[in-house]
Amino acid sequence: MAKYMLIMRNSDESLAKMMDASFDDMLETVGRFNDELIKAGVLVAAEGLEDAAQSVVVDHTGDTPVVTDGPYGETKELFGGFYILDVASKEEAVEWAKRIPAFPGSKTEIRRVPGIDEFPQDNEWIKKERAWREQTGQL
Amino acid sequence: MTSLEAVWRIESARIVGALTRYTGGDLELAEDVAQEAVAEALVSWPRDGEPANPVGWLLNTARRRAIDSFRRRAARDERYALLASEDTDGGDGHLWDPDRIDDDVLALMFVACHPVLSPEARVALTLRTVGGLSTEEIARAFLVPVATIQARVTRAKKTIAAARVPFEVPPQADRKERLGGVLSVLYVIFTEGSTATTGDSLLRTDLAYEAVRLARTLAALLPGEPEVFGLIALCELTTARFPARTGPDGSAILLEDQDRRRWDRSAIRRGLAALAQATAAGRGLGPYGLQAAIAAGHATAASVAETDWERIVLLYEALGRVAPSPIVELNRAVAVAMASGPGPALLLVDELVAQDRLPGSYLLPSVRGELLSRLGRTAEARAELELAARLCGNARERAVLVRKAAALS
Repeated sequence: MAKYMLIMRNSDESLAKMMDASFDDMLETVGRFNDELIKAGVLVAAEGLEDAAQSVVVDHTGDTPVVTDGPYGETKELFGGFYILDVASKEEAVEWAKRIPAFPGSKTEIRRVPGIDEFPQDNEWIKKERAWREQTGQL
Repeated sequence: MTSLEAVWRIESARIVGALTRYTGGDLELAEDVAQEAVAEALVSWPRDGEPANPVGWLLNTARRRAIDSFRRRAARDERYALLASEDTDGGDGHLWDPDRIDDDVLALMFVACHPVLSPEARVALTLRTVGGLSTEEIARAFLVPVATIQARVTRAKKTIAAARVPFEVPPQADRKERLGGVLSVLYVIFTEGSTATTGDSLLRTDLAYEAVRLARTLAALLPGEPEVFGLIALCELTTARFPARTGPDGSAILLEDQDRRRWDRSAIRRGLAALAQATAAGRGLGPYGLQAAIAAGHATAASVAETDWERIVLLYEALGRVAPSPIVELNRAVAVAMASGPGPALLLVDELVAQDRLPGSYLLPSVRGELLSRLGRTAEARAELELAARLCGNARERAVLVRKAAALS
């Protein structure tokens, strides 16, 4: 089994469609999809993000970071939320991603989440991170 | 894994469940036509492209095959004549009913784990029809020839038909007992994956995770059953130790020697949450819940020394009352050794030996050897450990026993 993150990326088009949609319908559709994931025993975690208009961007292009309000201007795809699934293969993660109730114009990217076991275990920072995960019960 | 395999893994239980209801409870026919649809997809998807609705495609293809079969059988069986005539309207025959699909999957689980089947048949049929594993995958997991699994599954389906087992979620009166049957099948699958009894690998994690997946599905479809949560808790807390259970060379590492920092904290968190669910029902823990509580005692202890062994002894005593077994007694003896020393534990083990409660098991001489060693009775200890090594079927565990015996000379 491996963990995969399904990264949901919105565009202006999909965000506009989202604004037009009924909130109750959206809750129902997303709730049903989440329920499918739970029934299949694959859901590990999921979060959605607040409107990108509320975001702040820290730009590391120059020597000192520059802070600006709002989403990063030229980006056509805005990170809107994620699922982490525990599945048998990348193809299974892809199959679930196809079923995400998404608005036209949005995309979902599938990336494997490496476990901490895959890092060098004698590294002191990895040891520290392990201790933190142990204390807090993080994934 | 191809996308067809991914779809099948996610949907097989629902596809076979819906088809079984559609064919009037004929699991054999349902499974056959589902497999035919998959075979057809193997040819046509790569050629024509994957359909927009893969599940619908598989269901409709299987349904057409089922109708062909109804027509062939109509002459000799009225039931099929009726099904065939009902289906000439080109409708979908209520094949995919979102309100019924969960019950179809549940019914499939209960039928696959039905008491008319032998334990081996229940395991094979569950993995095949509910888990969606291929015959080859099941054979590989259990290290038996493909033909054996093939025959087991075929025979199981014929037994279900011959015994006229209804395709339904058992009525309330039988529910508790039948649920116990389902849980025990899932647990057998889990233990085979988590303590491989044969072969040269200690863990077959895919099989263990398969059992966890099926248990989670069961919990979601049948909420409010504390023992389902007890089983999930037990599985999660056991899988949490997987990363620490084998050395780099694949050899077994005993609980006392495991690097507890390597335990999977998120599995522990999920296990404790499931155990809390099982406890919250307020009906007292069942056999799985009690084993989970024991595992939780280890999972939350920083070391062997800091483990609350008194409590673990009490939990084993409770487990021995609700689910008496010599293995439980043996484990209780191990806990007693930790809580009160090897002397009192050896008395319990010798009682098991006197009653010949675990004939041929390597576990009994292995524990006895350990206790004798701690009591300084070295020669006897070595003989017991050597006996255990001869009886042990798992190459990795055998190596540990041989090493321990050698260390005593």
